Amino acid sequence: MWSVNPTALSGLAPCIDREMTHVKLPDPERLAARILRRERAAVADGLNLLDNKLAEARDRAVRLLACLSGERWLKDGHLVGVTGPPGAGKSSLVSAMIREWRHAGRMVGVLAVDPSSRPELGGGALLGDRIRIKNSSYDDGLFIRSLANRNQLGGVATEVWPMSCLMLACFDIVVIETVGVGQTEIDIADIGDTVCYVAQPASGDTIQYLKSGIIEIPDIFAVNKCDLGPPARKTASEIGRSAPRQDRREDWDYPVCLVSATMNTGIKEFHDHFDRHRKFLADTGLLGKLRTRHQSAWVIRLLKEEFGTIGLELAGGRASIEARLGEDPSDQFGEYERLRKHLLSRFLSVNQPTNPTKEEHPDEQAIV
Amino acid sequence: MVVARKDRDPPWLMRTYSGHSSAKASNALYRTNLAKGQTGLSVAFDLPTQTGYDADSPLARGEVGKVGVPISHIEDMDQLFDQIPLDKMNTSMTINATAAWLLSLYIGLAQRRGIDPTKLSGTTQNDIVKEYLSRGTYIYPPGPSMRLIADTINYTVKHVPKWNPTNVCSYHLQEAGATPVQELAYALCTAMAVLDRVKASGEIPPAEFPQVVERISFFVNAGIRFVEECCKLRAFGEMWDALTLTRYQVEDPKLRRFRYGVQVNSLGLTEPQPENNVQRIVLEMLAVVLSKRARARAIQLPAWNEAMGLPRPWDQQWALRMQQVMAFETDLLEYADILDGSPVIAAKVSELIEGARKEIENVEAQGGIIAAIESGYIKRELVASHMNRLRAIESGDLKIIGVNCFQETAESPLTAGGGDAIMKSDETAERMQIERLQAHRKTRNDAEVRAALQGLTDAAKSGENIMPSSIRCALAGVSTGEWGDSLRAVFGEFRPPTGIDITIDSREVLGKKDQVTDLRERVASTGNALGRPLKLLVGKPGLDGHSNGAEQVAVKARDVGFEVVYDGIRLTPQQIAQAAQEEGVHVVGLSILSGSHMELVESVLQELRSRDLTGLPVVAGGIIPQEDADRLVGLGVRAVYTPKDFNLNAIMGDIVDVVRESNGLERLGALH
Repeated sequence: MWSVNPTALSGLAPCIDREMTHVKLPDPERLAARILRRERAAVADGLNLLDNKLAEARDRAVRLLACLSGERWLKDGHLVGVTGPPGAGKSSLVSAMIREWRHAGRMVGVLAVDPSSRPELGGGALLGDRIRIKNSSYDDGLFIRSLANRNQLGGVATEVWPMSCLMLACFDIVVIETVGVGQTEIDIADIGDTVCYVAQPASGDTIQYLKSGIIEIPDIFAVNKCDLGPPARKTASEIGRSAPRQDRREDWDYPVCLVSATMNTGIKEFHDHFDRHRKFLADTGLLGKLRTRHQSAWVIRLLKEEFGTIGLELAGGRASIEARLGEDPSDQFGEYERLRKHLLSRFLSVNQPTNPTKEEHPDEQAIV
Repeated sequence: MVVARKDRDPPWLMRTYSGHSSAKASNALYRTNLAKGQTGLSVAFDLPTQTGYDADSPLARGEVGKVGVPISHIEDMDQLFDQIPLDKMNTSMTINATAAWLLSLYIGLAQRRGIDPTKLSGTTQNDIVKEYLSRGTYIYPPGPSMRLIADTINYTVKHVPKWNPTNVCSYHLQEAGATPVQELAYALCTAMAVLDRVKASGEIPPAEFPQVVERISFFVNAGIRFVEECCKLRAFGEMWDALTLTRYQVEDPKLRRFRYGVQVNSLGLTEPQPENNVQRIVLEMLAVVLSKRARARAIQLPAWNEAMGLPRPWDQQWALRMQQVMAFETDLLEYADILDGSPVIAAKVSELIEGARKEIENVEAQGGIIAAIESGYIKRELVASHMNRLRAIESGDLKIIGVNCFQETAESPLTAGGGDAIMKSDETAERMQIERLQAHRKTRNDAEVRAALQGLTDAAKSGENIMPSSIRCALAGVSTGEWGDSLRAVFGEFRPPTGIDITIDSREVLGKKDQVTDLRERVASTGNALGRPLKLLVGKPGLDGHSNGAEQVAVKARDVGFEVVYDGIRLTPQQIAQAAQEEGVHVVGLSILSGSHMELVESVLQELRSRDLTGLPVVAGGIIPQEDADRLVGLGVRAVYTPKDFNLNAIMGDIVDVVRESNGLERLGALH
């Protein structure tokens, strides 16, 4: 049987909510210009557009990202991924980092991902990271968007990818904060240029993951709550011992930092490692390659999540998709949408053989 | 004719919780209340005073003089107690994070009037622990907060021996949803944490420690289930007696007595048919007077119309008369304990004690109350209990007359006057207080102020008792905001766990199953029509920290499928509008219980307009009189929910409709 995520085809089922709405969708080209001017309202509108699953919105999202892309996607900004087990203190550590970045005058965008409840329980979510990340004062140089993971595989919302691309166009630093480690297609390493894993003192999880190779090795380790003393130091030294693996990048030292977000200790040194890693990637020419690779991973993950392994085969198979994506690294989102529409049409013709009126479905109209 | 016996027990202290607008207006009210036979004072402070801000701070906007009296400096304190002899009065102050400061102002004023502080009697609530769980007027992190409590205890035991420096509160735990067992357990855990802290400070020689134990008093809630409540108080007495003996070796039984004051339950007071609140209040009072062994030392009763807004002097008088009838007309005070020997009562008391012991062990195993608060455990437990209560009301399992049953009513002559049935706070109070404060700043000796504040900072850093330097600040004319800021600079500020990260266990607990299913479909289909899941921002503007309502709305919205952004308490309108924009929400819900809804909602709407979010619908909830609700709707608020809207499912259905309407979709109407 076909293994298809039902949400992928919700737009095709007869029960589709065909209510007439007056969702005002922005003009993507004009919006892009405003985003590049760093207008907050435009950034918010752009993120809303990228979140919108209406067919018309998807088309505009492709146009928006096309306007924002280009050379800058491969060399500008700094995409930082922060992950780790629940309760490790990721948010307060991110908050402390933001203080440092803002102090240096850098604009910071944050995408904070929280889990959703199961679909049969309503699929709602409580997004509580804002309260933990924000300092009490008003700050125009900080933009936080909370996201629910919407039960997607791997625990990272698929919206993170296009949204982080948009944010890179207007913020110096983009932080993606997620719970836990990815278990499936997307590894935490695919989230950002620099990935930081926040470990809980006296917890063996991290080391188990590292040893078994479940996670790709993060670029920077932080052992939070170092005010606890010996347990934190023990965890740090264990991580240090587990870290040497074959997939290490040469010339990068994979630092393990002892920090305390609440006591504000070790933050400056920790912060400096991020800049150092960003410089390392730029100097070695890795940055562009890394981002291209990450984007391909996202495309394949999204396609697989919606259409399954058979979907990937229908699209020509993983290797051919990767090759196709590699041709124009600045338009991978557009390429993704084209692949998606192609697959949708294939699925439509298989699933609704008695009523193959492609034209009726709005998603089909713009197919290339 | 039967005449009351002469040798009856003396009655408890009778108070009314009051204070509003200004020190002058509150002083006039106090003197009227005392003339009517009230025997003590209970001061309500406004939120800026409670959270250590000056009246002219941006965060104080709209809050000055609203839920209580603004006290910015010693001259305000002087005016508040004008013509009231401090050495003869028993004054209770509902003050927590800034308790050390208000007590310093009180002691400073006594010194200035030539009164010996050893003659002062009264109470500072000063239980900052429960602020993290319920009331929300904390400022500093738990460590420094515990230290402030310990400092006031250490100081008063030596210098103001008749003062009750802390009132461990189970009251607010019940408001936050606590069951009687949870109330017992968490209040006793708090008392232990406080005593342990004082003991560890080493300021009191071991031989004098029983005197410290004796000064610990409690502030308790009494709900409508008065038999169980009465048993709860007997349980409190027995447990405290045992605990102080075994844990702190207090040999003298007199020093082990469980001393408590009461405000009966305000949570259960209803807006529909508000006259029924009178019998509720009287029955709740029974719980705390019936049993002589477990009788309250001081009682304050809410007014019948508290769910509607600020009570008038006549409403407060009615509340006082209830106490006087109970004390002086009935024969209750002529008997020994009338419940002793009842096997039913004894069994219930044992059951409560057993449950509370287990929960205390549980908390102690987690490292004590502070650790259990920091981990979010206690807040989660309370939010869950509260949710169960609300679901029972929705399902009708918990009956509330006039609310979820017997709703039919003739028109009440008491509320026929509409907006006249409550008091309006003085609109000019804020401006007057700011002017008074700014004038005061000009008359002070700046060098003295600076030196006093430096002394305060030094004490905060070095760990020496905070009280002497605070009293010096009081006498130098330092303001409430200056005192608060100096300590903020040393101690930092705290944002606690919200407790809303509780998991959904199963469908059965979600109120009426069919309504929830219906709601989930509505939320999902509306989200599909709009292209993305419905997103709601729950915001609490202003200084009001009563977050229980906002948390319940957030949890319910999540349960029916909303993606909910909850940003916690004490936000400026600017921060809320910024969050609404950044998060791309479909609707903003504001919760305000301090009475500042007009100013705060208007500011939020303004901030939204300035961000080009004019079309973003805003709904508001809180203790909002009908007249104000109409005005808010006039300003553009799409719906106003007040205590009479007890059904959270109905509120959710309406919020979905508000979102639909704002996006050109048809309303779906009432739930099936």
